Amino acid sequence: MRLAVLLKTVPDLVEELALDEDARTLLFDEMSYVPSEWDDQALEEALIIKEESGAEVTVIAVDTGDVDTMLFTALAKGADYAVKIVGDFDAAMSNWQKARVVADYLGRGDFDAVLSGVQAIDDVDGQLPGLVAGFLGWPHASVITEVRVAGGSHLQLRQEYAGGLVAELETVTPIVVGVQAARKPPRYASVAKVRQVAKSATIDEVEADVAEARLAGVEYVRPVAAGHAEMIEGDIDEVVDRIVAILEERNLLRRA
Amino acid sequence: MQKAKAIELDIAVVDGVELNGSWNRMFEPRVISEYDLSVLDSITQIPGAESLGYCYQCGKCTGVCPVDTVGDYSPRKVFRRTQLGISLIDSPDLWLCTTCRNCLRVCPKEVNMINIMPAVREQAVLEGKAPDELLTAFENTARYGNPIGESPRKRADWTKNAGVAVPIMSQRKAPVDVLWFVECYPSYHPRGKEASSALARVFDALSVDYGILGTEEKCAGDSQRMAGERGLFEMLAEHNIKMLSKYTFNQLVVTDPHAYNAFLHEYPKMGGEWPVQHYTQFLAERLNQVHFVKALNKRVTFHDPCYLGRHNGEYEAPRALLAALPGIDLVEMGHCRETSYCCGGGGGGMWMDSFTRDYASERLSERRVKEAIEYGAEILAVSCPYEVPRFEDAVKSTGHDGELQVMDIAELMAYCMGLNEALVLH
Repeated sequence: MRLAVLLKTVPDLVEELALDEDARTLLFDEMSYVPSEWDDQALEEALIIKEESGAEVTVIAVDTGDVDTMLFTALAKGADYAVKIVGDFDAAMSNWQKARVVADYLGRGDFDAVLSGVQAIDDVDGQLPGLVAGFLGWPHASVITEVRVAGGSHLQLRQEYAGGLVAELETVTPIVVGVQAARKPPRYASVAKVRQVAKSATIDEVEADVAEARLAGVEYVRPVAAGHAEMIEGDIDEVVDRIVAILEERNLLRRA
Repeated sequence: MQKAKAIELDIAVVDGVELNGSWNRMFEPRVISEYDLSVLDSITQIPGAESLGYCYQCGKCTGVCPVDTVGDYSPRKVFRRTQLGISLIDSPDLWLCTTCRNCLRVCPKEVNMINIMPAVREQAVLEGKAPDELLTAFENTARYGNPIGESPRKRADWTKNAGVAVPIMSQRKAPVDVLWFVECYPSYHPRGKEASSALARVFDALSVDYGILGTEEKCAGDSQRMAGERGLFEMLAEHNIKMLSKYTFNQLVVTDPHAYNAFLHEYPKMGGEWPVQHYTQFLAERLNQVHFVKALNKRVTFHDPCYLGRHNGEYEAPRALLAALPGIDLVEMGHCRETSYCCGGGGGGMWMDSFTRDYASERLSERRVKEAIEYGAEILAVSCPYEVPRFEDAVKSTGHDGELQVMDIAELMAYCMGLNEALVLH
């Protein structure tokens, strides 16, 4: 079984978003980027499949900035190959454009399944796995919390629904899977191991052309606060009285 | 069954006295020691962990181990369990040691947990067996240069509220006498920032010619090293050495005893060698220039930080500063100086409170706070950035809120020098 895992970086929300308030644009070059946490889950699930059934894992990232550390970390965790799709790309590249170049690359290979984070914090124009599946014409399943090889060329998927329902699906390959969570928390790659991998391993670079974006962000603005939380001041008795009063005002408290 | 080998240390030197053990070495294994030693061997074969095998079960460590007073852990127990085939790599024991160094102080066989713990933990980290919260601290440090996960761009933001100008080296563009290595908790933690502001005011009042690295500084990394992430430590050290090497200064002054330990013993091995002082040492040498204008009028006790005291032998400088404060009633706790208790934050303990909670009846910081209360102290004076948050939490969790204030020595000095209006700024 050959698995591809799509990784991308997203703006790091530990920092303020760099927003040009006048021009109403995001200053993509001024933000710092971190690996998308859902992609980390997808990688973990792929590595668990590898440990269970000997699959081969290739991690793929579009070169929208510094993605090498992310790819080397994935290799240190146990991925077999790393591919960087290079071209005239930048951090402002849309998901649609990323999906286009990734799908072109995947279509030329013989992967059985593509795993990626079901969503990311920068899904302004759609989520990557669905877009990739659309371009490839492959089946797609999202919000997946478990992927198992069911023998032959079938996969068993566990999919979460609202209201606490879970479905078990069986699917043919190739397929694109949007992973919500892996079965285990993502593993840790020690810094020494990542640095050693960065010295010894290579990232395959594949050139690609970027298609013109179909969707453009019109403006980026900060959300306007509609109301504020009430901070309850005073000693413990005053605070308790106020909380009880609020609950009574809203008919949330019934005195026996 | 594998026969026991003579693995004990031949000669130990304790306090300069040579203790020759050859007269009672075991040459014939006794029935009682015919264990399968493969598990013990697998641990003592890890470079750095050899001395675990020297243990002859005297139990002196158990008597002084701070963790044993709140749980079921001591180096002797670690040896015994490993001897019986319980792998330290899989045992919670591996994460309970705070590397406080009290066991090594009394060990006649030089079983060195300060080397054993990081070596075995490194192996456990590689095998994915470290507590999740510790790994989060590692990931934060690797990504942001601080274990808290705060923005590296905001590392110098505390200076805006310091009340005095704090020179940042990249803007100052001139040599300085002192490069102040601030560290993470003093840069980000609310109470740490207050202590930093106090120290900046003291430096300013003493006309110290100094600068800080600001956003060019990353965590010194010593606790991450002790917690088993040597690679992370090396990455941080390389960065800090590179940044420090850009500037001309006569000496380093550090806020954090853990950073002091790193700059004294570890950074020189990687090419970063500068004269370094803990801030209490630096200020103690300048006490004759200090002008006190306010009396403290409080009963104060002092907690020796493990990495300033036992690890590096400095007990006098903090006491010299405290003794000089007008109106201070300085009282020593039973556990002081060499026998000082531990706050529980060292060796990665700072980031494993949820993990250790399952194996301890109370936090070490809680036990220490109770001791300070017993001695009637109104202020617990500290000089390590881990300690203000740890002890303040412990004051609240032991029900002593309002009875004991936890203060950095820099804050007490700034107050008595008339540089801080109130004892605590907030």
